[in-house]
Amino acid sequence: MSVCLEIKNLTKRFPGVLANDRVNLELRDGEIHAILGENGAGKSTLVKMIYGLYQPDSGSISLHGQELHFSSPRQAIQAGIGMVHQHFMLIPALTVAENIVLGSEPGNIHYRRKENEEVIRQLSKQYHLEIDPSAKVGDLTVGLQQRVEILKVFYRKAKVLILDEPTALLTPQEVEQLIQVMERLREQGIPIVFISHKLDEVKRVSDRVTVMRAGKTVATVETAKTTPQELANLMVGREVVLQVSKPPQTAGKPVLEVQDLVVAQGHAEKVRGVSFEVRQGEIFGLAGIDGNGQFELVDAITGLLPAKSGKVVFRGNDITKANVHKRTTAGISYIPQDRHADGLVLDFELTENFVLRDFARAPFAQFGQMHRQAIEAHAERLSESFDVRPHRIHAIARNLSGGNQQKVILAREVSREPELLIAAQPTRGLDVGAIQFIHDKLLELRANGKAVLLVSLELDEIMSLSDRIGVIHDGRLMAVLPGGQATREQLGLLMTGVKLEKEG
Amino acid sequence: MRRVLEGLLTPLVSIIIAIIIGMMVMLATGHNPLQAYAALFSGAFGSTYNLSNTIASAIPLILSGLGVAVGFKAGQFNIGAEGQYWIGSMAAVWVGYSVKGLPPVLHIALAIVLATVAAGLWAGIIPGLAKALFGAHVVITTMMMSYIAIFLNKYMVENGPMMEKGFTPQSPVIQNSAMIPKLIERTQLSWGLFIALAAVLVVYWLLFKTTLGFRLRAVGSNTRGAKYAGINVPLYMVLALFISGTLAGLAGAVQMLGVQQRLYDSFTSGYGFTAIVVALLANNNPFGIILSALFFAALATGGQSMQLVSGVPAQLTDVISGIIIFLLAAKKIMPVIRKKWRKHLDLATERGAQ
Ligand SMILES: Nc1ncnc2c1ncn2[C@@H]1O[C@H](COP(=O)(O)OP(=O)(O)OP(=O)(O)O)[C@@H](O)[C@H]1O
Ligand SMILES: [Mg+2]
Repeated sequence: MSVCLEIKNLTKRFPGVLANDRVNLELRDGEIHAILGENGAGKSTLVKMIYGLYQPDSGSISLHGQELHFSSPRQAIQAGIGMVHQHFMLIPALTVAENIVLGSEPGNIHYRRKENEEVIRQLSKQYHLEIDPSAKVGDLTVGLQQRVEILKVFYRKAKVLILDEPTALLTPQEVEQLIQVMERLREQGIPIVFISHKLDEVKRVSDRVTVMRAGKTVATVETAKTTPQELANLMVGREVVLQVSKPPQTAGKPVLEVQDLVVAQGHAEKVRGVSFEVRQGEIFGLAGIDGNGQFELVDAITGLLPAKSGKVVFRGNDITKANVHKRTTAGISYIPQDRHADGLVLDFELTENFVLRDFARAPFAQFGQMHRQAIEAHAERLSESFDVRPHRIHAIARNLSGGNQQKVILAREVSREPELLIAAQPTRGLDVGAIQFIHDKLLELRANGKAVLLVSLELDEIMSLSDRIGVIHDGRLMAVLPGGQATREQLGLLMTGVKLEKEG
Repeated sequence: MRRVLEGLLTPLVSIIIAIIIGMMVMLATGHNPLQAYAALFSGAFGSTYNLSNTIASAIPLILSGLGVAVGFKAGQFNIGAEGQYWIGSMAAVWVGYSVKGLPPVLHIALAIVLATVAAGLWAGIIPGLAKALFGAHVVITTMMMSYIAIFLNKYMVENGPMMEKGFTPQSPVIQNSAMIPKLIERTQLSWGLFIALAAVLVVYWLLFKTTLGFRLRAVGSNTRGAKYAGINVPLYMVLALFISGTLAGLAGAVQMLGVQQRLYDSFTSGYGFTAIVVALLANNNPFGIILSALFFAALATGGQSMQLVSGVPAQLTDVISGIIIFLLAAKKIMPVIRKKWRKHLDLATERGAQ
């Protein structure tokens, strides 16, 4: 196979960080090439340079033997390189077709809706990306929105596709569909660069893998000739254990009791009468397919959304009407699923983000005055013990890699020593080492007699950590099963709304 | 240090480009740009008298610029500083002439307190509550309230309750006890300068050293994140507008008590509008506002003598401020320039490190 895209000795430096250090990458025609690496290894930086978003300090990028210098994505697109970002750039109020042609509208002033939709329909057939061109983007699921982004790339006649962590936001079902799409694109000879932290996906879909560590490309291997363990070791540079060990433990008194909770958003009832409890020293896993009310449920427990009816009781006190601040200070920590929207103030420094929940309390503030020294010392401590990279407490949160942003939130929430930790998708976008670390932290809280409510779309995560598993479907709790006994099949059925037959 | 330098870069580049364009306009219209700029400069800074007047007109710009900046920082685009300036002015003048028999310091303090509170409420109550309760757009509400205030002022002195006996549309002169003393006699420069400088310190402290400032900035950069942090978002939106209005009102009060000493029938002071540019140019940095206020004040005072000496119409200074606004708004071109520049810096530091 001939070489399509060749990267040689590419180097990119940000103030204080060498993000890419003489990186080499060779993408062959018709291959899916995965890039693996720890959080902050420089994967996004690399592909952003290929796409013209960043300019390399030195090194070269060539496409079919021709050296390229992009000063903007526009030029990369013209050269036939397309990229789908982790955070989509679509306009919710416009239709699929309008979003796709936006920025490169055919014809002049007059927008021909019917013709355009027909063009998009053809395009979606050609690439097997089924979608309704007249649907409003705001009404689509995340998986379909991503499909729009991919179509947009092909509408601009891309010959190379770059996907930066495309699966991080998807449900397992959507991941499955995306993998099929990628495989069909490969059949059509389109080379794909694919960034992911999930070894099983990489193993399944890619032909070759390039591993990055601390800004360098350390190896390129044929996927078929390697193992997940070997890949993990390459990434981290030492042996990694890919297993969770969870000692048995008996749960104590209930910390959180949810009774008949109903939560509405707009006119739609997202949670329709859910009751359960989470006890001291247990991890309660909440499994479910995305969009079944699990995130509205936790938003209501943490006070971000109001409850329509029902009760939330925390350590014996009714907190249904309490505001976010009261709940936080009472001992509830929350890792929200959308880290950019809720978990961080991206324009704030890390120091400020580390105290986002407790900025008004001693020792961080007194009589309304913030105490800089205490805040900085706290930031140093957290950034050190949670291995946030780069280790610079005055960095702006926006400039951190996705995984390190997640670590900042985690560090903050866990270090508050909460009585109850609610973790929604806590390991999203994290590398294997960091996932391991988070899982250890959750187990540590459990060992210390704290309560943990874990909400995750990934069954593996739920099954390996939870003492009890609740399954939510269409706003209702289908069943609560003991963690050790629930099988993947049982959970899968419950998640799609099939009631299990009562045993005995 | 480096961050400070980078922060200064955008405003400086904008100013330089604007000045160059101004030069080209002058050349095209057959004037001598060097002579004109020299006249402008000496008109603004050339003598104690000119310098004092430039500083004097920077005072209301500093204060109302601070107000706009506090609003911006909290995500509230208060563009009605002009109206709040007039509310503050009316309240200050009213206290200034109608309250009698108070010792000077107390009289001034009372006028200032009333003026700031009135202006704060003017911005906080209607635009603030409308935003917090119904999500009404602050740009629109503050703008409309601004016109109401301007016309209210007109009414007050044109046959309204604050009109002096006679036929001139103006209010009575304030009592001697309400006048802020001059710093330099026979100029417009009063002790108000120190009020403005103190306000800069207070606003800086408030924004960056207090929990109130933390809350305001959090609301300004991410409302959902602020809610998650346990902040009562609507309350702090209202508060931001209140504080913003307070400062614009203070600008009016200091101007009335220190310079004008009575209300006239003038359509606008212009300070409230220039304040937006002042805050923009300073990137909402309280200390930067001192510099950018001085810059715009110098354009205004120097523009007059430029016209006298070199015949270039004073309106050219408006062209220059217009270009600056345009450049700041079109920030898109700045990263490009900055990137080129940063490369030099990076190379320089690298060489230094080796
Ligand atoms: N715009 C920027 N300014 C400053 N530093 C940056 C910027 N973008 C990235 N960095 C730094 O460069 C390094 C590499 O970041 P990058 O986003 O490429 O990592 P990544 O491999 O994509 O990580 P993740 O898996 O967490 O997304 C990090 O240390 C990051 O903090
Ligand atoms: Mg990344």
